[in-house]
Amino acid sequence: MTLTREPMFDDEPRGRLDSIGRRAAAFAAGVGRCASVTARSLASMPACALSGRRRRAFAQQLYATGVKSLPVITVVGFFTGMILGLQVGLALARFNQENLLGAAVMITLMREMAPFVTGLCLSACVGSAMAAELGTMTVNDEIAALEIMSVPPVKYLAAPRICSLAVMAPLLSFYACVLGVVGGGFVGAMQLNVDFRQYISSAIAMAEVKDLAVGLLKAALFGVIIGGVSCHQGFSAELGALGVGRAVQKSVIVSFLLILVAGYMVTRLAY
Amino acid sequence: MIRFDNVVKKLGGRAVLDGVTFSAPRGGVTAIVGPSGTGKSVTLKHIVGLLTPTSGTVEVDGVDVGAASGAELAAVRARTGYLFQGGALLGWLTVAENVELPLRECTRLGDGEISGRVEAALAAVELSDAADKFPAEISGGMVKRAGLARAIVRKSDIILYDEPTSGLDPVTALTINALVKRLNSRFGITSVVVTHDLQQALLFADRIVMLKGGKVAAQGTPLEFISSESRDVKDFLEAQLVAPGPEGLAAIKNSAAAARFEAERNRNT
Repeated sequence: MTLTREPMFDDEPRGRLDSIGRRAAAFAAGVGRCASVTARSLASMPACALSGRRRRAFAQQLYATGVKSLPVITVVGFFTGMILGLQVGLALARFNQENLLGAAVMITLMREMAPFVTGLCLSACVGSAMAAELGTMTVNDEIAALEIMSVPPVKYLAAPRICSLAVMAPLLSFYACVLGVVGGGFVGAMQLNVDFRQYISSAIAMAEVKDLAVGLLKAALFGVIIGGVSCHQGFSAELGALGVGRAVQKSVIVSFLLILVAGYMVTRLAY
Repeated sequence: MIRFDNVVKKLGGRAVLDGVTFSAPRGGVTAIVGPSGTGKSVTLKHIVGLLTPTSGTVEVDGVDVGAASGAELAAVRARTGYLFQGGALLGWLTVAENVELPLRECTRLGDGEISGRVEAALAAVELSDAADKFPAEISGGMVKRAGLARAIVRKSDIILYDEPTSGLDPVTALTINALVKRLNSRFGITSVVVTHDLQQALLFADRIVMLKGGKVAAQGTPLEFISSESRDVKDFLEAQLVAPGPEGLAAIKNSAAAARFEAERNRNT
């Protein structure tokens, strides 16, 4: 698969209809390239884990994606749980049902909020950095240099990044979920007089394996989306620093939108 | 042999190349010269299929690169080294790791053979001392020389140079051009050099192709080129402070010899 590319059309569009058609064709080509980069990268996952040379790059990306995101995920996960606990707790208090706070926070976090906030954090922190790094490499001819040296950029650059996001996103989502539940319990105990043990018991009682599985699946899917979109946008950067900036912007916006759409689709299919 | 046959390349509705026809003979050094923005780098990118012609053909030893299959294009690229204008080194690898990258990723050579080749390539561009440095820790000229080491380490039979001496001091530029010539004469490497430095092109090239406005304004041996009656060539010579005719060529050679002598003397003292 050749990543270095030239404009699809050599000449100026002949009229508005031609211009719309060209934009549609360019969009379709972009979607195809993004899907191709993602699929080829996922197909390289065994090589990432097993091959000595690739394993080093994969480990570096796991560190960059997972460990470096921990501080942000810690704060976001904990405060998401606190906000959720406060809002739900205040609503439940009107019906004297504070004892259900743990269950409500746990289900909401496990099914939706933990994967969602993890996806947003990874998109903003990791995806944007990936798009910027690959975009800079593209405009500096480093991707073209790899292609000329017969080093496939998808295997060499995109695969470790996308695979690391697919692996780390569920783990970070689980971590965010645990912290969120603790955050909700903290707010419940401090502001709503909900006993923390009772809160945890209620949360664990309502936790189902299916909810956990769906949540982790969502997070993995979000990781793949963020990686695929960010790598594709990076590889598509053009026109120097301005193009890199646009690639970063597009990677974050498109990832956000796709996370929302994919989140709904998975929920619709699972429940 | 690399052959351009009536190549037209339009970008954004503008013909960047407009009917370019020339040949780069096997085992020779062909310099593509001309003012900025005349399509020199675009020409080079056609040879490895980074760009495809709007019309016309680009052939590398009989393979039409623009219409080549993936395997054919890969075969052409496998025997081609390419020095990009900015060096195009990977920032997270050291100079030595950058140079060994194509050998590690695309060959089954052992560690000893790879190390030997990398050391030889770095020595050829006088960068042995910077092997363990990262691209951000060395100067622009050193980055370019590291890029050159990476281009030659695979022992390719075609090497394309995009402005190999821009940003280098005159003595280093002379060294690099001498290296290009040495690789060409010792290993029969076909070299295509894009440069704005006409004096260096006249010294080291076997053929010179001048582009202007996307068209071939003149081409021939250095003597034919410098003796050309073309107005474009005369203007270009004048702009580069080169006297036309055989006397101009002799003056450049004398001045290069003097520079080499001076550099050698400085090195010895």
